[in-house]
Amino acid sequence: MIDLSLLTDGGVGWLDASGPSSHLVLSTRIRLARNLAGRVFQGRNSESEREDILNTVESAARDTVLLRRAIKFRLDHLDRTDRQLLHERHLVSKELAGLDADGRVRSGATVLVQDRLGVMLNEEDHLRLQGLHSGFALDAAYAEVDRLDAELGQRLAFAFHSEFGYLTSCPTNVGTGLRASVLIHLPGLVLTKEISKVLQGLAQVGLTFRGLYGEGSEVVGNFFQLSNQTTLGSSEYELLDHLGKMVRQVMDYEEQARQVLLRDAPAIIEDKVWRAYGLLRYARALSFEEAMNLLSGVRLGVGVSLIPDVGMYTLNKLLVYTQPAHLAVAEGIAPNDPELPVRRAQFVRRVLESEVGRRG
Amino acid sequence: MSCEQCHEREAVIHLTQIVNEQVTTLHLCEQCAAEKGVESPGSLPKTPLGTFLAAMEQTPAPRAAETCSRCGGSLQDFRETGRLGCPDCYRSFEVNLRDLLRRLHGSTHHMGERYTEGGTAPPRERHQAAELREQLRLAVETENFELAAELRDRLRVLE
Repeated sequence: MIDLSLLTDGGVGWLDASGPSSHLVLSTRIRLARNLAGRVFQGRNSESEREDILNTVESAARDTVLLRRAIKFRLDHLDRTDRQLLHERHLVSKELAGLDADGRVRSGATVLVQDRLGVMLNEEDHLRLQGLHSGFALDAAYAEVDRLDAELGQRLAFAFHSEFGYLTSCPTNVGTGLRASVLIHLPGLVLTKEISKVLQGLAQVGLTFRGLYGEGSEVVGNFFQLSNQTTLGSSEYELLDHLGKMVRQVMDYEEQARQVLLRDAPAIIEDKVWRAYGLLRYARALSFEEAMNLLSGVRLGVGVSLIPDVGMYTLNKLLVYTQPAHLAVAEGIAPNDPELPVRRAQFVRRVLESEVGRRG
Repeated sequence: MSCEQCHEREAVIHLTQIVNEQVTTLHLCEQCAAEKGVESPGSLPKTPLGTFLAAMEQTPAPRAAETCSRCGGSLQDFRETGRLGCPDCYRSFEVNLRDLLRRLHGSTHHMGERYTEGGTAPPRERHQAAELREQLRLAVETENFELAAELRDRLRVLE
C-alpha cells in the first residue's frame, strides 16, 4: 500500500479552495509535453530504453530545486487500487495508471511529485511536466511549471525543432507542448440548458472540454475541464491569455445562469439544492455518480448562498474521498466491494455532521 | 443513378452549383466527390486529426522510401496509431506533417519559448526580437506571407 502521507500536502493541496474564484473553479492544471532528443518515442521504445529514460530523468530531477525532494511512485510496481488512487488525485493520467480498457501498466511508468509539481515519465511522451493549483490560477501555475521546465532543460537534452518547436509523439501536442486546463463547475448552465451552446462556442475558438479526469473521461457532477486545443502557432502566453479570457467569460455566463434560475424558478432551485443536501445527510447508500451529482447540487446551493454553513473545502474533500479507490483504502475494502455505497453514505454523513457549521 | 464522373458507381452526392446564374446539378459517387474536394456530411470525421488520417487513407499507399531512417516508422504506422516513432519522423515526413499541422493548429510555426540545450537562453524579453526575426525568415522562406506580415508588425512594435 502506498503511503500518501509522504507527500507534504497529501497531493491534494489543490482542493483546499484557497485559490481565486474557487466557488466556481476547482483547480487549474498545466502540463508540458517533452521528449529526450535522439531517442525513439514511447510507442516504439523497449523496456530497457524506458528504464534508461526513467533513470536519466530522475537523476536530473534530483539535481533541481523544484523536484529534489520528489516522492517517486513507480506505477508498474503498484497494485490497481493504488494506481487508481493516484489517478483519482489527478497525479497521473488514466493511461499511465494502466486503467484503460486493456488494464496493462507500461514498464517504467512513473510519477515524481513534489508539492504542486510533478513529472510523469514514460507516458505518451517521455516527460509530462505538470502543475496543479487550487482555483483559477493559470499564470501562477504556468510560472511554476515553466521554472521546472527550465531547470530540467538545463540538465537534459529535449527534442526541439527550429520550426515545429518541442517535438511530441502525437502532432496534436507539438510546438509548446502546453495543455492548460481549468476544472470548472457549471450547474447553472446545465440546468438552464445553455451548456451545449457554450461548449460549441468554445470549440469555435479553439478550446475543448473534457470530464472530471481529463482525456477520455465522462462529465460527472457538472464539472468540466476546459483547455486549449492547439499547441502550435501561438506563444505560451497567448495560449494562456486566450484560455483565461474564455474561462472568465464562461464564469460570467454561469453567474448569469444562476441569477436567471434564482429569479425565474427560486422555489425549484431552493428545493433542488436542499433536497441534494438532505439526501447526502441522510441517505444510507450512495453510488459515486449519485454522490457527485448531489455534491454538485449542494455546491450550487452554497454558491448562491441558499445553503449556509457548508464550506467549499468540505465539499472538495467529499469530492475526493468518496471516489472508489479513496474510499476503499480508507475503509480497508476492495474498490469493487458491494459494501462500498453503504460505506460512502456513512462517510458523507460523518463528514457533514462534524464539519457543518464550520466554514471551510 | 450512376455517377456523372466515373459512370460506374452509384451517385450518392448531388451537388447544386450556381455559376453565372446558371443552376447545374452534379450527381457524384462518394469517391469522385472526394476527389473534387466535396465531402459528404456523413463522412466527416469529428476531429482534425481524424480528418487528416481519413484523407491519408485515400491517398495511395506510401512508397517504400517513406519510412523514417532513424526509427523505421512509416506513415502507415502513423495512420494506424496516430503516434510518430521518434523526433526524426518530423523531418522524414515533413511534407505530410506540415499539411497536418496546418489543419490541426492553423500554423506550422512554433511561436513559443525556444529551447537551447544547456538552457543558457537569455531572458525571454531580450530573446523575443531575435526569435521573431528567425520566424519571419522562415515564414518568407515558406511563402507564408500572411504570417510574415503579422510577424513584421510584431517586430515593429517590439523594436
